[in-house]
Amino acid sequence: MSSPEATPDLLAVITPAEHRPPQWLLTIKEAWGMGRTKAGVAIFVCIVALALLGPLLAPHSPTSFVAASFAGPSAKAWLGTDYIGHDVLSRVLWGGRTVISLALAATVIGLLLGVGLGMISGYARRWLDETVMRILDIVLAFPSIVLALLFVSIVGPKLWLIVLIVGISHAPRIARVTRAATVEIAQRDFIKAAEALGVTRRKILAFEILPNITSPLLVEFGLRLTYSIGIIAGMSFLGFGLQPPAADWGLMINENRIGISVQPWPVAVPVILIAILTIGTNLIADGMGRALIGIERDTGGK
Amino acid sequence: MSELTEAPISEHSVVGTEVVLTVSDLRIVLDPSGIDIDDEVTLAIHQGEVLGLVGESASGKTTAATSLLAHQRRGAKIAEGKIIIDGTDVLVAAHADLRHIRGGLISYVPQDASASLNPALRIGTQLMEILEAHSFGASKAEREARLSEMMAEVLLPGDRTFLRRYPHQLSGGQQQRVAIAMALANRPKVIVFDEPTTALDVTTQAHVLTTIRALTRSYGVSALYVTHDLAVVANLADRIAVMYAGRLVEIGPKGELFAGAFHPYTRKLLAAIPDISGTHALRGIPGWAPRPGQRVTGCAFTPRCDMAQERCGIEYPPYDGSGPDHQVRCWRWEEVRAQPRANDVLLRERAEALCAEPEVIGVRDVLAYYQRKEALHGITASLCEHRCLALVGESGSGKTTLARCIAGLHPFKIEGAIELRGKPLERDARSRSVAERQAIQYIFQSPYSSLNPRKTIRQILAQPLHLFFSLSKSETEDRAIAVLEKVALDSSLMGRYPDQLSGGERQRIAIARALAAEPSVLICDEVTSWLDVSVQAAIIELLTKLQAEVGVSMLFVTHNLALVHSISQEVAVMNEGAIVEYGLVEEVLGDPKAEYTKKLLADTPTI
Repeated sequence: MSSPEATPDLLAVITPAEHRPPQWLLTIKEAWGMGRTKAGVAIFVCIVALALLGPLLAPHSPTSFVAASFAGPSAKAWLGTDYIGHDVLSRVLWGGRTVISLALAATVIGLLLGVGLGMISGYARRWLDETVMRILDIVLAFPSIVLALLFVSIVGPKLWLIVLIVGISHAPRIARVTRAATVEIAQRDFIKAAEALGVTRRKILAFEILPNITSPLLVEFGLRLTYSIGIIAGMSFLGFGLQPPAADWGLMINENRIGISVQPWPVAVPVILIAILTIGTNLIADGMGRALIGIERDTGGK
Repeated sequence: MSELTEAPISEHSVVGTEVVLTVSDLRIVLDPSGIDIDDEVTLAIHQGEVLGLVGESASGKTTAATSLLAHQRRGAKIAEGKIIIDGTDVLVAAHADLRHIRGGLISYVPQDASASLNPALRIGTQLMEILEAHSFGASKAEREARLSEMMAEVLLPGDRTFLRRYPHQLSGGQQQRVAIAMALANRPKVIVFDEPTTALDVTTQAHVLTTIRALTRSYGVSALYVTHDLAVVANLADRIAVMYAGRLVEIGPKGELFAGAFHPYTRKLLAAIPDISGTHALRGIPGWAPRPGQRVTGCAFTPRCDMAQERCGIEYPPYDGSGPDHQVRCWRWEEVRAQPRANDVLLRERAEALCAEPEVIGVRDVLAYYQRKEALHGITASLCEHRCLALVGESGSGKTTLARCIAGLHPFKIEGAIELRGKPLERDARSRSVAERQAIQYIFQSPYSSLNPRKTIRQILAQPLHLFFSLSKSETEDRAIAVLEKVALDSSLMGRYPDQLSGGERQRIAIARALAAEPSVLICDEVTSWLDVSVQAAIIELLTKLQAEVGVSMLFVTHNLALVHSISQEVAVMNEGAIVEYGLVEEVLGDPKAEYTKKLLADTPTI
């Protein structure tokens, strides 16, 4: 029955912090101590900077014709030209914004939906939990690309639709993580204490449970962002994203794949950038995940 | 449990003069920081003797005990000292020899038997493994003979069907006895018991203790029995060693120690132990035991000791005492010895008759379900103003279910009526009126789980104040400080988070939160079971004082019958979802009518 009493943490006693940073910030702090997170952040910042500032640096308009199609690198067009003679470098510099912003938007939508449903289902339990989770299981059964293709073929290739579909397809996984974290917290006695005092359900969710689960949600956000980038780029590649002549990394890969043997740059550069970007976000998510479960720095050494 | 009727106990101790185990100057440190967990531990155990090693949490008792098997817990290192068992120096033994020493010469019974047995193996297989690992006997037949002998020794049926069971098919007490059988298998000289009954109900605990006692008496095995509960070793041990903050502060024969301890800590610890006869009031020890790294130079008990002098905080006293048999580490032990044993009068008010004053909570024929199963079968009870009713029972008796039904926290169906001052209450706390929710406040078992780790004490205390009173910000602050004072905590804690407080302090915060609502009923659900004895006593003292001063009625749920006397006027003994006996504490404990109460009383360890 009895179990050992823990005395307070020594450091905590010495430095009583009046304003303790929220849980997710602590996870970021802990994650920042790891090499992988720093590398991930460096990569992410570089690519995002490239995508945001790129249009200012671009030597040409992404839609102006500078040379013959599939021309090799030259002084005028450093990376050569694409299938109809646009400057590849300029199109690369212009084409990152959409992927990154759409991926972010989709992830935020997925997070809002998933966290909401997951918390409700984890706290309510019983029939509501069962219903919500089974519906999400059904959504989960469709691969997000297939789901997106289905809706795009009905409604047409609209950007908002792709963002929404990708967001919705993330919701079940985020909801599961949220639900698991919520169930764990909801079993603690301080939730029962709040219930006995008559605190409303909404307030219990927002002020008792949510502050205790922000760290796993942050990790999940990073992970889902990685997937979003891949899916959004994939949708563009399939021709459901931005339409030509707009500049977009995914679209560029599709447009220029026929010429890959003569002029590889318009395909290779976007592919490499997308790959590096996902590696970057994945490293960040991984660092935060490790911080969350408390794996020591880099697992190397002790 | 009926398989254990009478253990063959010879009344006379068979403690031999031969020393089986000696530990000298054992020092165990945290690796790599070098902070000491244990230091200067010196003791000896004679053949057939049971030495009780008693200490509160973080006293280093388990680390010291497991080091006897040359085991170093993760992050700990045996830095100095000598451990000699039956002529073998354990700490210098080669790795290959250690395999023989562990289990052969000295064995270990862990705290949680259910976790120490392999859930995938039949118990017969597991027991056989031990014998095979130590190549016991010459043939399989010999090992099988030993196996059934072992089962008889720990009073378990040794038939094939029993041996073919898996651990989960056994009761907690049976699992613990299998673990003891494993420890006993190769007839070791010494067995280390690490709180083997802490997770068990009192009845089961009593059976396991009887088994251990019988084994040491009949087979001359020596034992080191580690526990936080002095009452458990009171009947079992021959000698008792008391640890505090990693050092042995007193070691001596049981009788001498209980009659007149030499160390102020031992004295205070004894005063903090609830006594079933209820002759003395519980006295807590202020503060908490320091963890490794928090310890002062000199005697670590200095900050909590009312006899401390300047010297105590500077220099650690050497071993001293009335002889080699009774050693103590205190500069002023002779003065302590001369003091008469404290005998405080009970703090709580006495009651002449059952529930005479107006009834606050009435429970009428309550049937409660857990899922679809009936968990409470027609409970009728009442709690009156200024009274404390104790609900006592073992785990699964339904005592917490009843408490939660009253608090509106039972998530399943309830039949019958629960009334607050004659008005029936809704099942769910949310469906009750604000005034009703305010009137009944619940204090939870674990202070580690009942406070939101993301909130400061200020925010925690403000919650009930916001919900039940319309107060300005400064009024809220003043009220919060006032309740903190009521639970004897300093207002400087307001900005702290729960994990910056000790368990005892956290439980006080939980009590303060309940008091902030200015309730008429406090429901205390096993509020001390997560705390050390000295802290438990302080919490009981506080609750008793509050009941008298604030005038709340209290429902005190506990598994510990010994606590009942210290706090309540009335007691309801529960078993399997029903009240088996109900009456004034003096009557029920003094002259129990129900068989179950009698059994519970007999099984509760006492000094």
